[in-house]
Amino acid sequence: MKAFPAIAIASGKGGTGKTTVAIHLAALLAAQGRAVQYLDCDVEEPNGHLFLKPKMERSESVGIPVPVVDAAQCTSCGKCAEVCEFNAIAMLKKPLVFPELCHGCGACALVCPVGAIRETSRAIGVVETGRTGTIGFAQGRLNVGEPMAPPLIRAVKARRNPDAIALFDSPPGTSCPVVATVRDADLVVLVTEPTPFGLHDLALAVDTFRPMGKPMGVVVNRADDDRRVQDYCQAENLPVLAELPDDRRVAETYARGELVFDRLPEWRDRFDALWSRIEECL
Amino acid sequence: MKVVITSSNKTLADPIDMHFGRAKFFILADTETGKAVVHDNAQNLHAAQGAGIQSAETVAKLGAEVVITGSVGPKAYKALQAAGIKIALLEAVCPGTEALRRFKDKELPVLDKPNSEGHWV
Repeated sequence: MKAFPAIAIASGKGGTGKTTVAIHLAALLAAQGRAVQYLDCDVEEPNGHLFLKPKMERSESVGIPVPVVDAAQCTSCGKCAEVCEFNAIAMLKKPLVFPELCHGCGACALVCPVGAIRETSRAIGVVETGRTGTIGFAQGRLNVGEPMAPPLIRAVKARRNPDAIALFDSPPGTSCPVVATVRDADLVVLVTEPTPFGLHDLALAVDTFRPMGKPMGVVVNRADDDRRVQDYCQAENLPVLAELPDDRRVAETYARGELVFDRLPEWRDRFDALWSRIEECL
Repeated sequence: MKVVITSSNKTLADPIDMHFGRAKFFILADTETGKAVVHDNAQNLHAAQGAGIQSAETVAKLGAEVVITGSVGPKAYKALQAAGIKIALLEAVCPGTEALRRFKDKELPVLDKPNSEGHWV
């Protein structure tokens, strides 16, 4: 096991408890005197800060390179529009750029035979870093209406402290932002719930991460006597790392933006046991 | 004059397709000769993003001066403007022949702003 592994806390379905698990693991590890950093990669709606209440130290703007065409040099050959996989440039009498569709790959500038394309930065959001006690904190905040999350997620992860255990709080789902989050994690903790939706979306997440060769484990949150998630995990050879019982008091504590440990000591043991299981998987 | 009609199928007898960017077919018609040529838009129909932009590029390459359709989003509108292509608006589905007749009789309003929301993947 690495001294400072990176663990992504992900899920197929939203609202299963990713942030709950991530913030409590952060608090647990910090209380044990370990170096830990929480990175909120859910840049479309970061919410870990509501619970960890970090003291922010820095805020940095993040942009992606987008093309600007010099009309005087452009020969309207159309190579830039042809090479763009994302239809961000259209070749009509002159090239027309749609910056909001641009993924910033730079291919258009590379193929332009007359060097008429230069790149300029388009701001997509900010990365904020700070601390909560000994917990390192980083989060991205994507500008409202901005669809391009992955570059900002990469910027959040670029603030990773190599001398701390990293907890990546992932966005839900299985699309590009999730892949960008999970990509360099040593273990993916999948948080799900014992419902048909929870199971369905868990299977989607497993199908996404398995080809990436990611070790995975499952946390069943709000566990009850529906065992279909556990049966699925057994059939798929996925370790169930924890079954967290359905407890209204946890929801109440969460709704107040507080940590469950502070109020319900038995929950510290549950997260302690979860962390032991995570360590076994690393 | 060369016009493009967004169509749900391959001939002018078929109902028009109200969508511009993800129209199934573009039928290029010559208002003087009545000659019509069909262009399959399947590639843009299934585009992840930027379908309207690519469709604008397609109709520009076809040499159309006017597009007859039901709805155009903000990016497609911008691209059609840049290409100097006018948009004649249909409020309801009808056969392509009917759309063409109404256009020739100047019954169709010219769209001067996008009339559909943009959408993301």
